[in-house]
Amino acid sequence: MHPRDPLPRVLYIDLSSKKYWVEERKELFEEYIGGTGVAINLLREEVPRGADPLGPENAIVLTVGPFNALYPMASKTVAMFKSPLTGNLGESHAGGRSAIAIRLAGYGAIVIKGASNIPVWVSVHGSKVYFRDARALWGVRSTHTVGRVLREVEGGHGFRTIMRIGRAGEKLVRYACVVVDTFRHFGRLGLGAVFGSKKLKALVVVGKGSVPVADKAGYRRVYDDLYKRIIGTPATKKYHELGTAENVLPLNELGALPTMNLKASRFERAEEISGERLAERYLGRRVSCAHCPVACIHLAVLREPYEHEPYFYKTTFVSYDYEPIYACGAMLGMSSAEGLLKVLDAVETYGLDAMSTGVALAWMTEAYERGLVTEKETIVKPAWGDYASYLKAIECIVEQPNEFYAALAKGVEHASKVYGGAEFALAYGGNEMPGYHTGPAAHLGYALGARHSHLDSAGYSYDQRTVGKKVSVEEVVAYLLEEERWRQVLTSLVLCLFARGVYTPQAVVEAFKPLGWELSENDLREIGKRIHLLKLKYKLDEGFSFDQLRFPKRIFETPSPHGALDPAFMEQAVKLYRSRVEEDLKSLEAAQRE
Amino acid sequence: MVKRVSVVDVDLCVGCMMCVFACTRRFGEGGVSKSAIRVASIGGIERGFTVIVCRACPDPPCAASCPTDALKPRKGGGIVFDPAKCVGCGNCVRACPYGALMWDEESSKPIVCTYCGYCVNYCPYGVIKLEEVKEVVARAP
Repeated sequence: MHPRDPLPRVLYIDLSSKKYWVEERKELFEEYIGGTGVAINLLREEVPRGADPLGPENAIVLTVGPFNALYPMASKTVAMFKSPLTGNLGESHAGGRSAIAIRLAGYGAIVIKGASNIPVWVSVHGSKVYFRDARALWGVRSTHTVGRVLREVEGGHGFRTIMRIGRAGEKLVRYACVVVDTFRHFGRLGLGAVFGSKKLKALVVVGKGSVPVADKAGYRRVYDDLYKRIIGTPATKKYHELGTAENVLPLNELGALPTMNLKASRFERAEEISGERLAERYLGRRVSCAHCPVACIHLAVLREPYEHEPYFYKTTFVSYDYEPIYACGAMLGMSSAEGLLKVLDAVETYGLDAMSTGVALAWMTEAYERGLVTEKETIVKPAWGDYASYLKAIECIVEQPNEFYAALAKGVEHASKVYGGAEFALAYGGNEMPGYHTGPAAHLGYALGARHSHLDSAGYSYDQRTVGKKVSVEEVVAYLLEEERWRQVLTSLVLCLFARGVYTPQAVVEAFKPLGWELSENDLREIGKRIHLLKLKYKLDEGFSFDQLRFPKRIFETPSPHGALDPAFMEQAVKLYRSRVEEDLKSLEAAQRE
Repeated sequence: MVKRVSVVDVDLCVGCMMCVFACTRRFGEGGVSKSAIRVASIGGIERGFTVIVCRACPDPPCAASCPTDALKPRKGGGIVFDPAKCVGCGNCVRACPYGALMWDEESSKPIVCTYCGYCVNYCPYGVIKLEEVKEVVARAP
């Protein structure tokens, strides 16, 4: 690392005492790179075992890595916290301008501790931190409005990130998100509720600095090489043109698109909510995260006539991606693009995680169909495709007018414990399922991945490559472990995972050199493995147990592209995975004792 | 003829800031602190972006406001900067209606576009280009 690189600077912000300070953690960054690697260490330092995720003892750890601000597509910030949804490890990543702003404000990490007595927003301008009274912003209906207000009152236009919560975060919905710079999110696992519990309405960071490198000419050379490869790769074109929504039709054709609470894996109206249809009829703008040329963010324009005034329209921009389309589209049997966009807009307005919200509504609809709950509980009459009732239900999840919605706001696993229907409650480790019913690897990834995310190990990708082939338990487990461990490196740098094809292990080694870091591919893989084990150790310490892993019965009932999934196969895979990581954990602990 | 960076069509801009990072990279650094080009949303990214860069005025008000001759008009349009003469008064920054002169916090001097076009090489969507400054008859008689 260059001696003047500000990466090792950790900014601590204590909301209880309204104080802040900076600590240099050079060794920590050298050992764990940044991003995920540093975050898991800081989380373990800051949050005592058994902490209440919504208590002041929880901490919000935001980290960036050595590649942010230096290389293209290194555009992500890692958030780590104890999740109020799962009661265990919370990790979520967001782009926008967040990573660039934090890095160029002169920090590698920001740790937010304690809880404020009144609503505040915190504003970081380079080396200065301001606590600002947010009482006037608390209760505002839309995250868009909060963003608009903060844009006006804060400086640093063009070089800042504005992270804020909506009503869902204030009301402690366990899957509330944090909206980042409009249309990007720390979506999963409920960081929004952690913000809300700390009475932290928003975090603004302005960064205008720069980062020195050890070898200037070498840096420019490596940069140009990476840039050319990014521009030339077909993945870039795909994510730019239709965006992730491109996956809707191929996954549907494959029979891997979870539909109507995964009662089916094909949706007959998929065309209507496909990337192609949305791009042709609604696409209004494509935008990018800072320092990423891809521009995968797709914004639809929704034009709605006002009822009481002729020729007068409300024009709303709505961000869409594959996952929200799966959860709030196919899962809800949504056959109209306009209905889907309205639901997505509501999710954005309140600051909810789109995936968890969609899965929760899908579970509710099926529970209603089966008579487990009645209109007394649901207030609306949930019906597949009926977006008007879903809009009302989303408002109810946020405001929680009765016990049923208070339970649903804690996630489907919790709600199904109270009302029944666990067999079709699609959650893993308490986190609502992502949008791929591709085969065994996807579901094993959700179950075993440290954050129960499709991004932990991309089992969906493995499944799609192996359709029609017989795969063994050993092969699947080996793939999941290797992929998740390498991804710990990528998310410590912190790269967007869409760049994983360009940032091969060799490319990462080369990119480190001009920055003054000496790391071999083997070093990196070892670090990745160590980070993964630390995350697992955290989870085990906080009560995660392989014995209690639950595969929702529904996934075995609906065929996947690999046919009907076999419970015995899944069980064997869990067993093998468990024995492998337990062995690794033993050697890690032995090494730490030495 | 002299060159300038011009904005071809700002509606093509996706806000990736590749140009901004390129400009500071000329000095072998990562970041934005030396960048003479800036991209910002015009009030939320859904509304689009503004790309701010020196347009190489034929009669530049920034140079006219410089008390020490550190900023001088360039023949054919634009300016040239002599940092040795600059006392960091900031008049030039205030004189430009586009806000196209950025401020270097480290040196307390303006960041001045040199019309090199390095940023143009990294714009994936053809938002900006390097072009010859056309003669503009805008001087008051």
